[in-house]
Amino acid sequence: MKRGYLLSFFIISMAFVFIGKLFYLQVISQSNTGTNLKSSTIKKVFDYPERGYIYDRNGELLVANKQSYNLMIIPREVKPLDTLEFCKLLDIDKAYFLKRFDRAKHWSRRLPSVFLAHLSKEDYAYLQEKMHKYKGFFIERKLLRNYPQNSAANVLGYVNEVNDEIARRNPYYQAGELIGTTGVEKQYENFLRGKKGVKYLQRDHFNKIIGSYKGGVFDTIPVDGKDLTLTLDNELQLYGEALMAGKRGGIVAIEPGSGEILSLITMPSYNPNLMVGRERSKNSVIFFSDSINKPMYDRSLLAQYAPGSPFKIVQGLVGLQEEIITPTTSFRCFHGYKYGARNSEFMGCHCGIYNKPIQLRQGLAKSCNSYFSNVYRKIIEKYPTASEGMNAWSKHMRSFGLGQYLGYDLPQGQKGLIPDAALYNRWYPDGRWRATYTISNAIGQGQILTTPIQLANMTAAIANRGSFYTPHILKETSDATPIDSMYTSLKHTSINPKYFPPIIEGMHDVFKTGTAKHVRLKDIEICGKTGTAENFRRINGEKIQFEDHSIFVAFAPKHDPKIAIVVYIENGGFGSMIAAPITSLMIEKYLTRKTTNKYWEQRMLHTNLEEEYQKQLILSNSESTEE
Amino acid sequence: MRAQRNNIFSGIDLTLVLLYLFLIVFGWMNIYAASYSDEHFEVFDFTTKYGKQMMWIGLSFVLIILILFIDAKLYERFASLVYIGSLISLAGLFAFGKRINGATSWYDLGATSLQPSEFAKFATVLALAKLLSDKQYDLKLVKNQIKAFIIIFLPAILITLQPDPGSALVYTAFFFVLYREGLPIYYIAIGAFAIALFILTLAFGFNLILLSTYGMFTLFILYILFYRNISLKFHWLKISAVYALCGLFIFSVDYVYNHIFEQRHRDRFNILLGKNTDTRGVGYNTNQSVLTIKSGGFSGKGFLEGDRTQGNFVPEQQTDYIFSTIGEEWGFLGTSFLVIVFTLFVLRIIQLAERQKTTFSRVYGYGIAAVFFFHYLINIGMVIGLFPTIGIPLPFFSYGGSGLWGFTILLFIFIKLDASKSYEL
Repeated sequence: MKRGYLLSFFIISMAFVFIGKLFYLQVISQSNTGTNLKSSTIKKVFDYPERGYIYDRNGELLVANKQSYNLMIIPREVKPLDTLEFCKLLDIDKAYFLKRFDRAKHWSRRLPSVFLAHLSKEDYAYLQEKMHKYKGFFIERKLLRNYPQNSAANVLGYVNEVNDEIARRNPYYQAGELIGTTGVEKQYENFLRGKKGVKYLQRDHFNKIIGSYKGGVFDTIPVDGKDLTLTLDNELQLYGEALMAGKRGGIVAIEPGSGEILSLITMPSYNPNLMVGRERSKNSVIFFSDSINKPMYDRSLLAQYAPGSPFKIVQGLVGLQEEIITPTTSFRCFHGYKYGARNSEFMGCHCGIYNKPIQLRQGLAKSCNSYFSNVYRKIIEKYPTASEGMNAWSKHMRSFGLGQYLGYDLPQGQKGLIPDAALYNRWYPDGRWRATYTISNAIGQGQILTTPIQLANMTAAIANRGSFYTPHILKETSDATPIDSMYTSLKHTSINPKYFPPIIEGMHDVFKTGTAKHVRLKDIEICGKTGTAENFRRINGEKIQFEDHSIFVAFAPKHDPKIAIVVYIENGGFGSMIAAPITSLMIEKYLTRKTTNKYWEQRMLHTNLEEEYQKQLILSNSESTEE
Repeated sequence: MRAQRNNIFSGIDLTLVLLYLFLIVFGWMNIYAASYSDEHFEVFDFTTKYGKQMMWIGLSFVLIILILFIDAKLYERFASLVYIGSLISLAGLFAFGKRINGATSWYDLGATSLQPSEFAKFATVLALAKLLSDKQYDLKLVKNQIKAFIIIFLPAILITLQPDPGSALVYTAFFFVLYREGLPIYYIAIGAFAIALFILTLAFGFNLILLSTYGMFTLFILYILFYRNISLKFHWLKISAVYALCGLFIFSVDYVYNHIFEQRHRDRFNILLGKNTDTRGVGYNTNQSVLTIKSGGFSGKGFLEGDRTQGNFVPEQQTDYIFSTIGEEWGFLGTSFLVIVFTLFVLRIIQLAERQKTTFSRVYGYGIAAVFFFHYLINIGMVIGLFPTIGIPLPFFSYGGSGLWGFTILLFIFIKLDASKSYEL
């Protein structure tokens, strides 16, 4: 009997050894603590919803989707085929066929890969009928963006493939998926993309899919993206883009009553259809490396220019608000304004009214530099110190949305610059600076920088007599998601509405008797202001003055304004020559849907400033070669 | 007594039968889990593996009735005949066998195939029991030892030649039976020592093990010489022989390993000893099997929820690697429970064997306990990565008709013998 214990003892000790090893494997060292769904045997595939369409305010389709077809291959499943016929179908030669085939085989024999990308719709229709003959090949459909209108490229933006970096930051995305990269596509990515569905598939040890995991109980259904209606007026946008042909700059038109952006034009621009599918990577290199025309650079949002004379409008308003002038206060102009003892301390003026009292309305209509220099100086000097004066002035300016991000719903922007005391205290650490040091600010030059959309918003605030809605591009979504309350609440400037009428009269005079009377409209009362901003560039250490930037701000009609607009043309020369006619044409186009001023229309359509831009280019090139 | 004898179910051990039923039901569930797919989920679909297994389980009940119906005395009487028949069927393989996976282990019977080595086990146990039950038989005698060895090794050699060394390895289990019946302990001791030396030599190399073994021997002899004051004068020859044999063995391990083993054998040991970490080639099976068991965790993923089982990550999962399915779907709770059930099952057989009144029944019972134990030891040990890859089935669990029938016959002959013990003699 004793001998019988040996086997029993052996059996019991082995049971302990096994349970010990199993405990180590399954309890101590086991790592699969997550759910089954994360297991390497489950493949997660996504079911992509259709990306939302984008329409303009009148229901015109701006962005749609189009099908793209890829010919896919699973090398293992390919049966001997008539290569000659197949190559003929695809319009490729046999060497190419073999090359692609080897490549696919090299990558994986069991998994599908792209054999031929981006077949045309016609090829697809034709091939589809013949596909049954070619085992192992199939056609995969993919959605691409399509732009039926070829307008507003920079506003709409484009979609791009998600790279590893984005995929790492945002768990929603997988590398290779599409994501809005610029413009509306980026801003409203969450609306447009919808919600992708997930399918869990079981795979075997070859990574081959062998069916849905657990009959699909964890799967989710994709939710289509929302369609967006933008505030853009595509007709106006296209017209503006046509007028801007051959020029550089931007146009921003806003509906003052709502803050809706009617058009947002930047020139040079690009054809959005070139940033799609197979062509995108090639074209984006071309577009982004074009450092001369910068077609991807949205000047209406990003370019910071000195605003020039239109800034005098707000200067006057601040003067009235600060009660250092009244509409009847007058200053004299001596072809300029001498603000210091030295001869150099003199600001020239082209108003042409020599040594006569100039009142606010006339000063504005004639764009008198002396008048607004006086106003500016009086504002600053109203306070005990220049710092306090400067800050008070700066606060008024900022209430128009200048010098800060406006908060519009597009992903790009610039703050611009409205100087305050802190800035000058940095420049003059002893604090001994005075209003006259910064006198250029009076006429919208000096340190002041604004983007076209900021100026447009400023104009809208004037049109509204002191209040504005933050400009925005989204009008509504297909599921009536409420627009962000930021865009539906009225914001007030620090200027009392009672001070606006004299200023608006002055702006009206610009079209009646002033610098833009040549482009006035018979039936529409436009209020505007020309601007000409000098611009210098330092080339080879020498300050060279180029042709002035041409600026025009306007709103119309004078009572109950429907459109506030800013036109900014780089090196366009005197403001009334290019910017004013374009403004006038745009306003007429928007309000009446037609244009009567055919002379100016033709002239604007055919004005080309390339020569001027070439001149700069040659100068800058000579700079770079010398260095 | 007469009435009892007429009822074939009288006297059978209920514990063993219940354990048996549990094992085949749980076994079938795991075969179902390892081989079902979304397209095939009918339980009685005979084109699928679990469907066939279901059929074999059904037929094994017929076998059980048949075994219980036969008079227990007939097993002893025809033991030699069964053994010889079994040897003939094994030998016949070389002429008529079907080659599957490189081994001629099957007879092709058209719809299915039959593996005679599964049936040779119970024949060998019967023959061994018959031999040892002779009252004149004394295992202390070398002549008798050799008789027993011949009975054990004849089928083992035939099976090794198929070649199916894994199945042949099980026959070493019978040494435990012989030991129980009086074989001197040094057979097992030397065997265990040889296995230990073999593994250590492979793990640590020829030189180190040879030196340390000699060192240990020398210390042992010096201890006896000086502290026990025992004169070793007349044993010098024996001592030298031990040294020589030991050296020769260690040397031959090295030689056999490097020159007689095929690369695939070497690979199996290398993986186990951690010398080869190739998890894609030769180490794939073991690695996948261990990963699959690991992924089950403490409580498992649930019946039919094993995604690694579904994905066929473990090759041959429904046969030799069925334990990994249990590991994945039932977790540590399931695997440890099964180990305990197997242990109880084997211990119960030993317990009953010790109670037998005839030597024949006792040796038979002891013999099948050792066979069941070795199968489950080697199989689970391999699947959880403790032993090298040796392909033998897990009793009642692995897919396969011959195996299931072989084990069922093995067990139920014993149950019949046990049930009849009260009226035999």
